Amino acid sequence: MDHISPVLWQFLVKWLTNFQLFPPEASKIAPQMDALYFFMVLISLIGLTIVVLLIVGFSIAYSRKRHPVAVQIEGSTLLETTWTIIPLGLFLIMFVWGSLIYFRVYTPPANAMNIYVVGKQWMWKAEHPGGQHEIDALHIPLGRPIQLTLISQDVFHSFSIPAFRVKREAIPGRYTSVWFEATQTGTFHLFCTQYCGTNHSAMIGDIVVLTPDDYKKWLNESTSGMSLAQNGERLFASLSCNACHNGRPDARGPNLAGVFGSNLALANGGTAHVDEAYLREAILNPTDHVTQGYTPIMPTYQGQISEDGLISLVEYIKTLNSNDRVDQTTNTTAFLPEGEGKAAPAGQKSTGAAPANPGAKQGMVKQ
Amino acid sequence: MSSSTIIRLPDQSTARIPKVNFLTKENGLLSWLLTGDHKRIATLYLISITFFFAIGGMLAGLIRLELLTPQSDLMAADTYNKVFSMHGIIMVFLFLVPSVPATLGNFLIPIMIGAKDLALPKINLLSWYLYIIAGGMMLYVMASGGVDTGWTFTVPLSTHYVNTHVVSAGLAIFVAGFSSVFTGLNFIVTIHKMRAPGMTWFRLPLFVWSNYAASILMVLGTPVLAITLVLIVLERVMGIGVFDPAKGGDPILFQHLFWFYSHPAVYIMILPGMAVISEVVSTFARKRVFGYTAVAFSSVAIAVFAFFVWEHHMFIMGVSNYSTLVFSLLTMLVAVPSAIKIFNWSFTLYKGSITFETPMLYAFGFMGLFTIGGLTGVFLAATGTDIHLTETYFIVAHFHFVMVGGMLMAFLSGIHFWWPKWTGRMYPEKISQLAALVTFIGFNLTFFPQFILGTLGMPRRYAAYPPEFQVLNVFSTAGATVLGIGYLLPILYLTWSLKYGEIAGDNPWQATGLEWQIQSPPLTENFVEIPIVDHDAYDYEWLERKEKEVTSVG
Repeated sequence: MDHISPVLWQFLVKWLTNFQLFPPEASKIAPQMDALYFFMVLISLIGLTIVVLLIVGFSIAYSRKRHPVAVQIEGSTLLETTWTIIPLGLFLIMFVWGSLIYFRVYTPPANAMNIYVVGKQWMWKAEHPGGQHEIDALHIPLGRPIQLTLISQDVFHSFSIPAFRVKREAIPGRYTSVWFEATQTGTFHLFCTQYCGTNHSAMIGDIVVLTPDDYKKWLNESTSGMSLAQNGERLFASLSCNACHNGRPDARGPNLAGVFGSNLALANGGTAHVDEAYLREAILNPTDHVTQGYTPIMPTYQGQISEDGLISLVEYIKTLNSNDRVDQTTNTTAFLPEGEGKAAPAGQKSTGAAPANPGAKQGMVKQ
Repeated sequence: MSSSTIIRLPDQSTARIPKVNFLTKENGLLSWLLTGDHKRIATLYLISITFFFAIGGMLAGLIRLELLTPQSDLMAADTYNKVFSMHGIIMVFLFLVPSVPATLGNFLIPIMIGAKDLALPKINLLSWYLYIIAGGMMLYVMASGGVDTGWTFTVPLSTHYVNTHVVSAGLAIFVAGFSSVFTGLNFIVTIHKMRAPGMTWFRLPLFVWSNYAASILMVLGTPVLAITLVLIVLERVMGIGVFDPAKGGDPILFQHLFWFYSHPAVYIMILPGMAVISEVVSTFARKRVFGYTAVAFSSVAIAVFAFFVWEHHMFIMGVSNYSTLVFSLLTMLVAVPSAIKIFNWSFTLYKGSITFETPMLYAFGFMGLFTIGGLTGVFLAATGTDIHLTETYFIVAHFHFVMVGGMLMAFLSGIHFWWPKWTGRMYPEKISQLAALVTFIGFNLTFFPQFILGTLGMPRRYAAYPPEFQVLNVFSTAGATVLGIGYLLPILYLTWSLKYGEIAGDNPWQATGLEWQIQSPPLTENFVEIPIVDHDAYDYEWLERKEKEVTSVG
């Protein structure tokens, strides 16, 4: 008894104090999804009640004692039609309702702030546009649409935030995206829900929703000194991308300024819309993505740039409006700390810490 | 016997088990290992799947024990991953897929259609040997360290990242697949070609219809699984790169291929369960199945739709949004035939004359739990709610409600129903009714809390979890203990009944099927003379006339 009762006691206390039946509704989509969820719970309860009532009712009314001789009945077309049409109708309502929500969750609004998330065994790495990195955590501002662009560096992972009712797989080799808008400040669970090996259950983290002011403060405190695009610029120089992609008339590679968002004519006769996924693919498998008028001389970068590095490069190319910045990278091999929109002290700190030779820099970017 | 039961056993003081029957005809181990008799092969299957069920069940017990506390403290995370992987693989491929078809189906289909054996008895035996080889390979995998990919073998985890026995496990399932293809093929040929004179398609018991539908799924679906597994092995051993994005492959392709089999596979598992329920409900309501054609065609409809819903396992994997519309809609449609079946079984009770023997209790358990399992499937079929609920304990609960609450209840119902035919003896009725009740209670206590856990967002396949989920997990583990007792009881009393059970006689339930018109246990050749069928299935008036004739002649 001495051993059992404290355990039971503890359990009871836990039960009474730390017992949840429903997750918090902390995003804009959550109440919408819950409305459908409870509609389905209601329909299920009605359906289950009907089935149980039929079974129990008939069992009592037609038990052998009360009803010794069965009456043979062939069936009833009317009843068959009824219980085909009514469930079908209800299921179709759920289908339409569910699809509306699905399209909302997976169609990010144009004004969403994009954060990259890289999944790897067994951690989540988030990359904010300002270059802030965080591991197994994601700080986001309240009331602002956030788009996550996810990719995995190794196996399938799945980025799940139950309080927001959103989830998306992080898949090797392709970008996926999801968006949400937090409506409650606080810390919420982040889970990896796709089984990913040994420490799958340790691939968890915190989603921290901050007020816009707190978020700004957090951004300033955790800056690494370089935005993603600046990181990409450095990588662009150290990988010598600028040797060909410099926008000069005699350049061997296509001009990258303004390429993002355009429709590109390809050497194989097709056209491609240039988005993040296209840029990533073109870096990794250049021979499959040759722009019209150029020869397939670019080597593959498969296995040479990490997903983080690719994200930085893509972000850099996205920001290229003219070739001025590219020219700068061709003129100087050193990273220029005087980038736009960055806190000066942190920038100095970063420059001080950065090693001088480009190879090591690349290594640092790769992490 | 009180009037509330239909059990009619012969006078125990004079009754004897027929001297010549399929169990006693030949003796010795070889007579079993080289048999072509479908009933003996079914018996071999019954013993072997019970063995693997016991292993899978013990692994489930380990999972529940680990999840008693939030920390990963009973075993290391790696061990836990191996335990749930082996639990899934063994239960799905070595228990659920062969459970009803290879045991009850094997035993009953030839008798129900009035044939002396399956069309291809040697192929039938080959199926069992393949199953045993697969099982042996799986035991080897387990003994040598197990596999930790989950039963879904997700690439690139299974091809590039784990260091366990993926190749042997994959090949074991590959071999098991052939066993199920051969069984399916055998059933299809037998049902087409071996029906007794007068046994038209619409006089077939619904058991045969459902197993026929499941057989088609086995024959058409399993080869895709085989191909997928071969690709995994080739990718792992030779690095052919079909699923590797670095070599121009696509890991999503694996998901398509795997679920193209594995979704129909759940219908391979559940359709034979539905087959059992039709027979049992009709017998204990003493009434033909309500809407025979609707039930028969709903089985076929399930088989057809089952092939076109696989992408609903991939809604959050970045597939095209528009394609999810198609697959969500088709998934909603496949739910309808199941609803039709449930309502038809319920209305079979209407104006019946119902008694509540053990098989009927299990069947009621099936109907209730399968309804919950089916309705919660709709939560996952609707793409919007699927985003939140998939990959959590909600899906674990849904799957177990359908497979354990549905299929296993149906299997136990069938075993209790045909046990007297199979062995010639009855089991103790009161204990078996208790076991049915214990199973039902234990099942709900185990799996219902998991719906709530899933809604809260607890991911599946977690060795450790946040502490606020503990209370519900404790309920679940407590329930698993009760459930374990519920499964242990039948194993004990059924074994006991082999020697000490009362003599059952030919037709203890006064059921109409052809199998009940022959001796228990049946002769090796089933029928002395091939019957000529002149009545529909579930024709209780025909049975009454026949029994009167027998008494008047006697």
